[in-house]
Amino acid sequence: MGSGERVTFKNPVVSWIDERLPVFSLMHKEYRAFPTPKNFNYLWNFGAIASVMLILMIVTGIVLAMHYTPHADMAFGSVEHIMRDVNWGWMLRYLHMNGAAFFFVAVYIHMFRGMYYGSYKKPRELLWILGVVIFLLMMATAFMGYTLPWSQMGGWAATVITNLFSAVPIFGDDIVSLLWGGFSVDNPTLNRFFSLHYVLPFVIFAVVFLHVWALHVSGSNNPLGIEPKGPQDTLPFHPYYTMKDTFGLAVFLLLYVVVTFWFPNIFAHPDHFVEYNPLQTPPHIVPEWYFLPFYAILRAITFDIAIPFGNVLFLIAALGATLYAYFSAGRVRKFLWLCIVADIFALALLSFSPHFVLEAKLGGVIAMFGSVGLLVLLPWLDTHPVRSARFRPRYRFFLWLFVIATIVLGYVGAQLPEGIWVKLGQLCTAYYFGFFLVILPWLSRTEKALPLPKSISDAVLKGVVVLFAVISFSTPVLAEGGEHSHEAQHVESQEWSFRGPFGTYDREALRRGYTVYQNVCSACHSMNLVSYRNLSDLGYSPEQVKAIAAEYSVMDGPDDEGEMFERPALPRDPFTNPYPNRKAAIYANNGSYPPDMSLLAKARHGGADYIYGLLTGYGDAPHGKDLMQGQYWNAVMTGNVIAMAPPLSEGMVSYEDGSPETLDQYARDVSHFLTWAAEPHMEARKYTGVKVFIFLLVFAIVMYGVKKKTWADVH
Amino acid sequence: MSTANQTDDGETRRDFLHLTAGALGAVGVGVFAWPFIDSLNPAADTLAMSTIEVDLSPVEEGESITVVWRGKPVFIRHRTPKEIESAQKIAVADLRDSEADQDRVQKAQWLIMVGICTHLGCVPLGQRKTEPKGDFGGWFCPCHGSHYDISGRIRKGPAPKNLAVPQYNFIDDTTVRIG
Ligand code: FES
Repeated sequence: MGSGERVTFKNPVVSWIDERLPVFSLMHKEYRAFPTPKNFNYLWNFGAIASVMLILMIVTGIVLAMHYTPHADMAFGSVEHIMRDVNWGWMLRYLHMNGAAFFFVAVYIHMFRGMYYGSYKKPRELLWILGVVIFLLMMATAFMGYTLPWSQMGGWAATVITNLFSAVPIFGDDIVSLLWGGFSVDNPTLNRFFSLHYVLPFVIFAVVFLHVWALHVSGSNNPLGIEPKGPQDTLPFHPYYTMKDTFGLAVFLLLYVVVTFWFPNIFAHPDHFVEYNPLQTPPHIVPEWYFLPFYAILRAITFDIAIPFGNVLFLIAALGATLYAYFSAGRVRKFLWLCIVADIFALALLSFSPHFVLEAKLGGVIAMFGSVGLLVLLPWLDTHPVRSARFRPRYRFFLWLFVIATIVLGYVGAQLPEGIWVKLGQLCTAYYFGFFLVILPWLSRTEKALPLPKSISDAVLKGVVVLFAVISFSTPVLAEGGEHSHEAQHVESQEWSFRGPFGTYDREALRRGYTVYQNVCSACHSMNLVSYRNLSDLGYSPEQVKAIAAEYSVMDGPDDEGEMFERPALPRDPFTNPYPNRKAAIYANNGSYPPDMSLLAKARHGGADYIYGLLTGYGDAPHGKDLMQGQYWNAVMTGNVIAMAPPLSEGMVSYEDGSPETLDQYARDVSHFLTWAAEPHMEARKYTGVKVFIFLLVFAIVMYGVKKKTWADVH
Repeated sequence: MSTANQTDDGETRRDFLHLTAGALGAVGVGVFAWPFIDSLNPAADTLAMSTIEVDLSPVEEGESITVVWRGKPVFIRHRTPKEIESAQKIAVADLRDSEADQDRVQKAQWLIMVGICTHLGCVPLGQRKTEPKGDFGGWFCPCHGSHYDISGRIRKGPAPKNLAVPQYNFIDDTTVRIG
């Protein structure tokens, strides 16, 4: 590349450089003049969109890494440091977190487009395979990124996924401890995940480069799936597709912005906001939504697969393969067949019994990796000469069915593996594999395609955005759907001033809530992530903040004589802890740990509603329900049993502003306060969101105008 | 005639649209870059550390202490009347960085300055009794041999400026807030 014919440039500097290093000629050839079929629909935007998302992820990621600490003791805190203290940190983090989801949305649509219009067929097989490689790298990167905040969800996801490798016969356990760098997911694991999470995106970037290179060799496919017959069928890439892609990008970014600034945690489970505890698994581990279909396939294999007379079968297979090797022509072929013989023998040796049994665990792992691996083989499974599903009604039908099965699998992946979900998962898994292994080869042989148009110019342009709608509507459902069904109790929704797209905190309620925390909750619950200086956000003056802080004392030191000493707290200090350490807290509370409250509103389904419901939900146990000493009945708590005595009662805290000193008011105010503590920058987030949204909207409208003008003479 | 006009109009409108789109794009990218750059500025918790209060009561006359402020050493010296006198009688005009001693202190007995050599950032010696104090009885930077006097002014060697005096104020007689 690059040594082709050069273009002449008017600018002398450009031309000087280009004579020595023809980058400008290259850019001109590949991104200006590049002949592109003129009949693309909007599905062709997603390649460009995905590249922009990749760059956005790399840029936000580099900056986030400057503030993040990859250490088991500090990772969780450093992410919260980003969210609370780093300038714009909350925005960069939310952009990165939701950017991953939208990157996958773009890539899934891009892949669907490839499948629908047969873009993987000759001569674009390698182009497709490079795409699958990118997809695999993305999955690895996203999974490791999920672990980095060192939350309950991330840490346990890492445990579960790395343990997949323990299914490998004989070497399984060794592989797993190699991955961990220890005997469990711990600091060494976190360190290597961070290193890989940082480097893999650059590898992805390099493969994207190859992907685009391969694309520019074969040229783009198009909705009709027939090759352009000449210049009348193509348009130069610039300005036609640069403008169209920019318009599509602006629309896509609008959706992304809405999620990032108004529903930033829609894809995040409450267990993301609890620090990783290697001794306690949360009741329900789910991967990110974009992995759910594969996760469902993993869990669909609940049975051992027995192969009767396994060894006899192996022997026959091995014998057959050897004979075939002997008679087949060519050294390479012989070699390949002998490799297969060796493999068969290895497998036979691994199963010592006459009945070879593929255990469910290994079976699930093979199915999961196989479901992705099959994509590589797609160009050889579907060998039908016609590319576009537009002319293959039967293929179209089965492909849509495939899309539905995958979405159902995604839904199943978010449910607890019980009852109907297991059967449904198995059914869809069967279809997933059947589609690739049976339906595609069968259709390749039998399907009669509709007559193809002679050339692209004969056909009419038409845009399709159906799938985009399907995916953007189904992802929140996937993300949310699974979770609500697991909520133990129904939490009643309350009125809050911070609700809604423009909602703000009520400073007076926050100050009252802080008073309640200070007088009641803080006796047992820490709030390590909030500092006294943050109280100025509640409307306290610097002097008041100083006075509040000075009421507490903190351990400092060592002084010049090496002694630790107590001093009054300063605004910069975090809220003081009621107990010297976690063990002391557990001991003082009959064995249950009073959770840190800084992130409580995010770490519980329902947030403020839940906290309010819990505080007001105490009551007498219904008949027949026996409570032990130190247990209380609560309408909202999972299992209705709680170890915390009813903390609030009428009149126990006095308010200065004359608000009613009732239990209900206390509960309401403290819930308000805890919501602020968990998300102190919510107002800035919405406010910034409005500005970004308006900007993008205007930009999208202008780009639409530009695109229309550009295309005016083509239509 | 009328056809020509129409094309002209079309052309201008297209140009205008393109310019608007280009300008919007450029402004958008520019504004979007700001949060990334700003995030590299000191974070709120770092800023909260940027003022410190120091209790001076235990520092005897003729003694120095070093406190950490914004990650840098701050030299605080309780000067003796003799030292004050020697610092004040220097002819200011002869100095490389002319500054009277009175302009470098709020209370003559307390000399407070950032202990970082203005040459290339080493920490000068002279805080402890056993350390060399240079030719002028103040501080001596071992890196490239800068000599500072008892007012922290550069007297000899490569450093261009006197040791910097941070912003501070006395809250009471023996407590100073730096920053
Ligand atoms: S840094 Fe002090 S003399 Fe060079």
